[in-house]
Amino acid sequence: MTTPSNAPRHKASNKTLQIRHAPHLASGMSVDQIMRNVVVALLPVSAFAVYVFGLAAALVLGTAVASCVATEQMWCRARGQHSTVGDWSAVVTGLLLGLTLPPSLPLWMVAVGGVGAVGIGKLLFGGLGGNPFNPALVGRALLQAAFPVAMTTWPSKRGALGTLFPSTLTPPFCKPAYDTVSGATPLADWKFSQISVSTSDLFIGTTTGSTGETSSLLILLGGVFLIARGMMSWHIPVAILLAVAVMSSGLHAWDPARFASPQFMLLSGGLMLGAVFMATDPVGSPMTHLGCVIYGVLIGALVVVIRVWGGLPEGVMYAILIGNAVSPHIDNWVQPRAYGTGRLPHV
Amino acid sequence: MNIFRRHPKTFAHGIHPPEHKDQTNSLPIRQFPFAPALIVPLKQHIGNAAVPVVREGQEVTRGQLIAEPDGFVSVALHAPSSGIVRRIGLAPSITGEMRPAIFIEPFPASTQERLEGEPCDVETATPSEIIQAVQQAGIVGLGGAGFPSHAKMQVPEGKFIDTLIINGAECEPYLTADHRVMLEQPQDVILGVRYLLKATAASKAIIGIEANKQDAADSLRAAIPDGAPITVEVLPVKFPQGAAEMLIKVLLGREKPTGARAADIHTLVFNVTSTSEIGRLLPHGAGLQERVITISGSAVRDKGNYRIAVGTPIRFVLEQVGLADDVSCVFLGGPMMGQALSSLDIPVMKDTLGVVALTERETGPLATRKEYACIRCAACVDACPMFLNPSQLGLLAKHGQFERMQDELHLSQCFECGSCTFVCPSHIPLVHDFRIAKAALWKARASA
Repeated sequence: MTTPSNAPRHKASNKTLQIRHAPHLASGMSVDQIMRNVVVALLPVSAFAVYVFGLAAALVLGTAVASCVATEQMWCRARGQHSTVGDWSAVVTGLLLGLTLPPSLPLWMVAVGGVGAVGIGKLLFGGLGGNPFNPALVGRALLQAAFPVAMTTWPSKRGALGTLFPSTLTPPFCKPAYDTVSGATPLADWKFSQISVSTSDLFIGTTTGSTGETSSLLILLGGVFLIARGMMSWHIPVAILLAVAVMSSGLHAWDPARFASPQFMLLSGGLMLGAVFMATDPVGSPMTHLGCVIYGVLIGALVVVIRVWGGLPEGVMYAILIGNAVSPHIDNWVQPRAYGTGRLPHV
Repeated sequence: MNIFRRHPKTFAHGIHPPEHKDQTNSLPIRQFPFAPALIVPLKQHIGNAAVPVVREGQEVTRGQLIAEPDGFVSVALHAPSSGIVRRIGLAPSITGEMRPAIFIEPFPASTQERLEGEPCDVETATPSEIIQAVQQAGIVGLGGAGFPSHAKMQVPEGKFIDTLIINGAECEPYLTADHRVMLEQPQDVILGVRYLLKATAASKAIIGIEANKQDAADSLRAAIPDGAPITVEVLPVKFPQGAAEMLIKVLLGREKPTGARAADIHTLVFNVTSTSEIGRLLPHGAGLQERVITISGSAVRDKGNYRIAVGTPIRFVLEQVGLADDVSCVFLGGPMMGQALSSLDIPVMKDTLGVVALTERETGPLATRKEYACIRCAACVDACPMFLNPSQLGLLAKHGQFERMQDELHLSQCFECGSCTFVCPSHIPLVHDFRIAKAALWKARASA
């Protein structure tokens, strides 16, 4: 048998080798990358908001993002920690908060909301990953409680690209000035005056409402983008929308005069934005697919209940906050069944 | 299209890491040169270390028995090269621990003729003779487990085996040694399966192969004699399909209950290279003194699949194949479960699957990336092939709650495939934390 020569053919490297633990490969996914992708998915919605409501919408979004990022930066500096702004979660929170606010909201109130969202909603609970509730919705709930009139006053007409609403630049702690005629959202119209808006207007987004909630089309596109990139699972939005569709279809079939049609329920208000971008916040949602479906159905049912029987025209914010509160319990009920243990339902 | 077509067999969850197999999967197996000094550890398997039967200064022939099994769960060792026994003493192991080994200096001019023993014929041998022959041949689980094959073949009293599973999944990225063995030595594999069928009295055998090795599956199918109860199943590519738990579930739809052995659910899983060694060595009464490994990775110049003598120091291996200047990490086995080397003076052993060397460009980002808090995205939950909750386990590990990890979340079911750590966007070293937790629990229970 002939054997190859055993004379060394190459000189061994003198380099120091790393000793690492396995695995020596990684998917390359990172938290900041996911957050940046959410921002990208929200850009069309934000751009459309500026197109519909004008410069005021851009200022609301900008103020919300800036106040969120500044709050996180100052918190980290005050506590002598490394800045966590680089994870981009404050930017996402700010953008989401801005998109849920009326475009004519005075900017100082927007800033208060941003400070509340990141400060109370996230940092007090230990930062990213520790927040039980969606921080943007905490900020919005704070504003809803503090400024109920400003938070439910909507501009009646579309803003031109270069104009502001009279209320936008209200100085802090002053009563905002509004146009003599203020508008109502399609949901409020339906609830209090039984006026319905065309489905296509709702889908495209040329109605009044919060800055970023009007265009269902662009919100869905953003969601499809995130799901296609593997950064979001489809279970939660689909469960919420299906639950709303099924429940409102049943009610509408029973009494069409009293209950709005399912397409109106699905496309109006903050449902799309909430289902696609708010309820899917991984921190506040369950971990298993079954858990996500339960959570989604719960939120969808609460949205319909609040809208139909509640005192408010819109209930997406409260539905999601309640969902966030229940989420850890759902996780306890539906743990995955470990391989080789008992015969429990497959999740 | 038939909508009732059965879904291709695979398991739920798991991941798809980049395969990197095209670097070596078309390269035929080559003989690796003999190192000027070989280090043959006495314990290259699970169980008792083998007992040396040679003394220092003694001349040995390639294939000669140099250490005997100590008890049933232990195997024989054979000289990997003709040469002289220089020393019997301690040598470094991959964990850093010093372990007893036989140091052999090969004769440079030797023809390396292989010494053979008493043949064991598949037609005439009894099951117990086959089991004894496998132990004497020193064959262990060559897929990385290192469990003595004969001990597995000994079906416990009162148990029966209906199906043997031959594991040709080779799901680890980079590794292609099993692939080449199946492609180039299909006769050895099939003969090995026949030995196994006879020894275990199983009625049939299934060879499970991932779809990225279709040529190997074709080669094996062509080698199966008419009427033999051996089938080849081609499975979709997914990591960690090569784990015994996964393959049993995929091929038989059975789950191994916690703490049970494969024999309890009437099956046994053998690595395909172990099987081929049984078919290659038993007819000649020879011993296992070399194995096929893959040497790959972007930092390796002369990549390939090599038949290499057991005991060849990794330093010699790397000198022969050559490393790129920007090498940063060398590990034994695949990148998902392989161990990084703490020393280059450890030898290739029977359970070494391959040597992979990566460059700074590939490992740099891993070493410097930032760890974030868990955002409960559940990517790990969707990846865990054992259906554990790595996120929650990771949080408990951070707080040192090891008992709860075991009692509430089935920590011991984790076989450390690393899928959770691979997908984690927060870069939490989950599987590493789990190893620490297991070690701490094991220590606490041992002292209790």
